[in-house]
Amino acid sequence: MFSEIAEYFRTETLPHMWCPGCGNGTITAALVRAIKTLGLDQNKVVIVSGIGCSSRLPGYLDFNTLHTTHGRALAFATGIKAAKPELDVFVVMGDGDSSAIGGNHLIHAARRNIDLTAIIINNNIYGMTGGQSSPMTPHDKRATTSPYGNLERPFQLLDLVQAAGATYGARATAYHNQLLSKLIIDAYNNPGFSVIEAISQCPVSYGRRNKFKTPADMLLWQKEHGVTAGRRALEEGDFLIGEVFNKEAPEYTQEYEKLRQRLKGGAR
Amino acid sequence: MSKARLMQGNEACAEGALAAGVRFYAGYPITPSTEIAEIMAEKLPLLGGTFIQMEDEIGSMAAVIGASLTGAKSLTATSGPGFSLKQENLGYAIATEVPCVVVNVQRGGPSTGLPTSPAQADVMQAKWGTHGDHPMIALSPSSVQECYELTVKAFNFAEEFRTVVIMLMDEVVGHLREKVELPESLPVKNRKKPTVSPDRYLPFANDPSLIPAMANFGEGYRYHVTGLTHGENGLPTGKPEVTAKFLKRLTQKFDPYLERIQLWEEANLEDAELIVLAYGCTARPTREAVDAARREGLKVGLFRPITIWPFPSREIAKYKGRKFLVPEMNTGQLVGEVERVFGFEGVERLNRIDGELITVSEILEKIREVMSDVQ
Repeated sequence: MFSEIAEYFRTETLPHMWCPGCGNGTITAALVRAIKTLGLDQNKVVIVSGIGCSSRLPGYLDFNTLHTTHGRALAFATGIKAAKPELDVFVVMGDGDSSAIGGNHLIHAARRNIDLTAIIINNNIYGMTGGQSSPMTPHDKRATTSPYGNLERPFQLLDLVQAAGATYGARATAYHNQLLSKLIIDAYNNPGFSVIEAISQCPVSYGRRNKFKTPADMLLWQKEHGVTAGRRALEEGDFLIGEVFNKEAPEYTQEYEKLRQRLKGGAR
Repeated sequence: MSKARLMQGNEACAEGALAAGVRFYAGYPITPSTEIAEIMAEKLPLLGGTFIQMEDEIGSMAAVIGASLTGAKSLTATSGPGFSLKQENLGYAIATEVPCVVVNVQRGGPSTGLPTSPAQADVMQAKWGTHGDHPMIALSPSSVQECYELTVKAFNFAEEFRTVVIMLMDEVVGHLREKVELPESLPVKNRKKPTVSPDRYLPFANDPSLIPAMANFGEGYRYHVTGLTHGENGLPTGKPEVTAKFLKRLTQKFDPYLERIQLWEEANLEDAELIVLAYGCTARPTREAVDAARREGLKVGLFRPITIWPFPSREIAKYKGRKFLVPEMNTGQLVGEVERVFGFEGVERLNRIDGELITVSEILEKIREVMSDVQ
């Protein structure tokens, strides 16, 4: 299994630092398999991340990799893509990373519809700092900073980025790994800002506080509650998996190139 | 052949950046620096470059670093409140050794302060605004001509030394209009590229030059960049011996090059009993006041640091035994560096923080006062 994708890893950096039972490893594999299937030139692929457990992902991969500051991955990636549009830029973020401290960059990357493939690994918690509630922690669930249950309501991330102007949105889970890989391929092929919410499990910082006894219980939860559109009616706690929206809109770097060409012709 | 043009300081800064080969600008509107962004928005697409107005100052600094990693010479400009916001990623650029230039057209602070009035209150922030031990280059122009020339130099330093360079301007030089002689060409430097094959490339090598070669993203040298303490291969590490080596090289990397980095101007120093040390906009009235004092027969000279950081301490140490006067538009920031050399004895201050320039007569009066103590 791993041998099929080992060429894309900096194998000297393994084993990874994630806890046993964490979903980040399988999500990494889904991303790498997608890149392999797409046949992308390793030298032209850039993986950008912010700060947090998920953001350690690029360090293990043999591409141009950039581990930035908390919440800022999309702003760094915007600079890369705008300066050199021929690069294939994937951005990996956590839920707190992308939707709390990085929320402003998220909605503006969506508004520009810049051709980045953003993968938001949503484990509903700040894992690296030990389990504080995030903007994706469900209402009433427990975290070290919501010890009596979360009073706040979580974002509907895909609705948020769709409203802000993203042109592709999809959701999968660590459990629905092959689906995740396929959605990453579709997202890459969308010429615009694409967001994939990859629901993951943090057994150590989230599961233990919220009645999931084992990592397997969390994966079973993903399996039972992730529903493909049209398969059955959504019930309490369910969420859609698969493509959620896909539309067309002008892409930022293409529009900028058109401007350069127009100016070359002497038009102002 | 040079050509002369009437230009504003911010415009000269933008033109200097273009002469240096800037191809990427990310910024956020803020007074009194906005003209730089406006000029970049107009000119960069004409040159095949990119201008982007980001959602905030933090994102602007991030985008500049991202663009520079692909090989584009990159610029951003701001003022005090924005400079505060940039500090996070400014530290990232220093730690990851990504070349870029940050212009800070200083205005009155703290906080929103005096948006349209000058100040020189970000001197210490330019050095220590971002957390952790780090090296810093900051240049302080005092004329429109210098806004042009020093911006070229700022890019050259950034590229040669793989670092952030701060153009520490102020509202006076930023908005002043003066004649500028545009030289036909100025020397332009580019980052050192690796000469080894990708499998042997160490992006953060403990090179004897202290400045490792830099490959751009997309050129076949795949490597990792992180703000975490990292080894020569760029991968994060917490090992004390690797950390110590990395931070030693990082914090000392300008040392072999100080002679070229530290720029200053001096006038009438030979027999001067009092040296007035002034920089940026304050150097302008100081020069006039020193000339007037000379006409009165007072032995006074001018030392104008053009490179504020690293501060030319060794150079001024030569003047042991002389008195110093440091006029500044703050409560006393760079004067602290003079005091580090000489102690408090014989170092005088002249400060103004009301948004108005220090006048020639204020400086002259202070010179007379100090000189009467000497005699």
